[in-house]
Amino acid sequence: MLVITRRLALTGLVAAAATPAALPALAQTAQITGAGASFPNPVYQRWGEGAKAAGIQLNYQSVGSGAGVNQIRNRTVDFGATDAPLTQQQLTEANLLQFPTVMGAVVPIVNIPGVETDQLRLTGEVLAEIYAGRITRWNDPRIVEMNSGVTLPNLAIAPVYRADASGTSFVFTSYLSAVSESWKNGAGAGTSVRWATGAGARGNEGVAGTVRNTRGGIGYVENAYATQNRLATVQLRNKAGQYVKPTMETFQAAATNANWNAPGMAASIIDQQGANSWPIVSPTFILLPTNPTDGAKTRAVMRFFDWAFTNGGNVARELEYVPLPQNVQAAVRSAWAGIRIDGQPAWPAR
Amino acid sequence: MAQVAVPETLEVAPARPTTRKGSGTGDTIFAFLCRASAALVLVLLGAIIVELFLGGLPAFRAFGAAFISSTDWDPVQEIYGAGVPIYGTILTAILALLLAVPVAFGIAFFLTELAPEWMRGPVGTAIELLAAVPSIIFGMWGFFVIVPVMASTIQPAIIDTVGELPLIGSLFQGPPFGTGLFTAALILAIMVLPFIAATMRDVFLQVPGVYKESAYGLGSTRWEVMRKVVLPYTRVSVVGGIMLGLGRALGETMAVTFVIGNANRITPSLFGPGNTIASIVALEFGESGAGSLKLSALLALGFLLFVISFAVLALSRWLLRSRLKG
Repeated sequence: MLVITRRLALTGLVAAAATPAALPALAQTAQITGAGASFPNPVYQRWGEGAKAAGIQLNYQSVGSGAGVNQIRNRTVDFGATDAPLTQQQLTEANLLQFPTVMGAVVPIVNIPGVETDQLRLTGEVLAEIYAGRITRWNDPRIVEMNSGVTLPNLAIAPVYRADASGTSFVFTSYLSAVSESWKNGAGAGTSVRWATGAGARGNEGVAGTVRNTRGGIGYVENAYATQNRLATVQLRNKAGQYVKPTMETFQAAATNANWNAPGMAASIIDQQGANSWPIVSPTFILLPTNPTDGAKTRAVMRFFDWAFTNGGNVARELEYVPLPQNVQAAVRSAWAGIRIDGQPAWPAR
Repeated sequence: MAQVAVPETLEVAPARPTTRKGSGTGDTIFAFLCRASAALVLVLLGAIIVELFLGGLPAFRAFGAAFISSTDWDPVQEIYGAGVPIYGTILTAILALLLAVPVAFGIAFFLTELAPEWMRGPVGTAIELLAAVPSIIFGMWGFFVIVPVMASTIQPAIIDTVGELPLIGSLFQGPPFGTGLFTAALILAIMVLPFIAATMRDVFLQVPGVYKESAYGLGSTRWEVMRKVVLPYTRVSVVGGIMLGLGRALGETMAVTFVIGNANRITPSLFGPGNTIASIVALEFGESGAGSLKLSALLALGFLLFVISFAVLALSRWLLRSRLKG
């Protein structure tokens, strides 16, 4: 009940804020279809439910970033979604506009007998060495050294990674590449890479389940999966040299320190500056055609994300995503204004 | 009363001879439809092969024949090789058969020779129902039920004991993920079991009673009858049933994807993770861009799976032929 009344109140706010000219558009339901990244899927689905009240019916297919990029290139959907941002050149070639919608954090999870959540301290370099197969036991001197007071067993490390090509892997390997020169020159960053050791599991659920089952296991998942499955997370050392726990505060700290003026608004929040920044945070992106064949649909997509920016912050936080800072939302809206439909700026939608 | 019209018209009804004599049009159309149905299968199969080959052509061009043997799979550097998935596909399929065939034989032997009459129906139906379970169910059951048991008890126990032995130890080493080639083979074995068992049972039942009775009359035991009468008589069909199971094991996708551990490297350990052609295609397809080399490599893998399946079936055919002649 509480949720419903809150939603109703929000809808009322939107209606009140809307100019009279926008009201006729609200009266009839606009149907929009999107496809792509699975990482933001939970929050897009919840936003889709909420936006019904604002007259927008969203049909989002969580088919993977690669498929999302293909589909918007072929214009078979109204928008595409991707975790790995396209370069400015790719965007220009395909006549696409790219903007971020929400951010998420990737956290390492471990299963070591006797080690509690957020007790173990790790650095990015050590993580890279573990996933490269060069640190193979939990009582390795390099791990023991940064964990005085934690008893680490003489146990083989069992690294777990995403078997399916995934945006989460892209974010995690981007982090490893950022902090470890040898990782960058070895496996590198990608939605799937050449893993030197360990076993793969399908989806975030698969990684969480495998780590829970495997003694000595370590894996990486979306933060929400770690909390929901009550898995032991770790502290990571950030760029400022501080060990930080994976919490909303440290994710938010990373987001506010990011530089959003990158081409395609592809801010890198990996290994951010700031004493309180969680080092593995990443935005996820939407791709919109800059030469839409159906201008009304493209406008409806903008109206949907405008609604989500204005009203979807709490839902995002509930699902453990990090909403975009206000100034970034404003920047996205002004980027929309750059698209021209029938000679008119596409935003504000009319 | 005797003049009821209905029976009379029924008596007149067999007008079949006249239609048979009258025109061959119906027959011609029917024969044409049958021929078209048969041809459709060939055309479809051919079209799939050609499509897969054309799709995989860029990968074959880029890597040449080395694509088949290379064990590199590095999407970041865009280097692809089919060695690991081919190895995993063949190894898991063979392991699955090694596990499934003895059990299937046991089931078929029990159902045809040992089981009391009232038990044959229900157990036989249960075996056939096993074949009707969707593979994704096997995958989830494998991941949520079998894998934890493997990871928590079976694998640690074997790794800590047999894994320490000098020679065969290397087959059972590494961290106990629970997933891996062996678990995949185990799930596959359960999946192909009903096909093999049901085929075996049906063909064992077809052995003429007099053959068995004469053997029993000579003083043979049940096992001797099975080994010296039933098996030689049904050999061709038994091999056919096993090949049916092998075909399924080679191409199985979802169940294997869940439990094989998904690693593109060859480990000596049976508990080590691996990949099959079907599982790597299922995992990587969603994130491969249209026209990318990766997509082409995946299609090339699909083509190779086709070739392997074809080779296996052709080989079994050839084996059966030569045995029939001999």
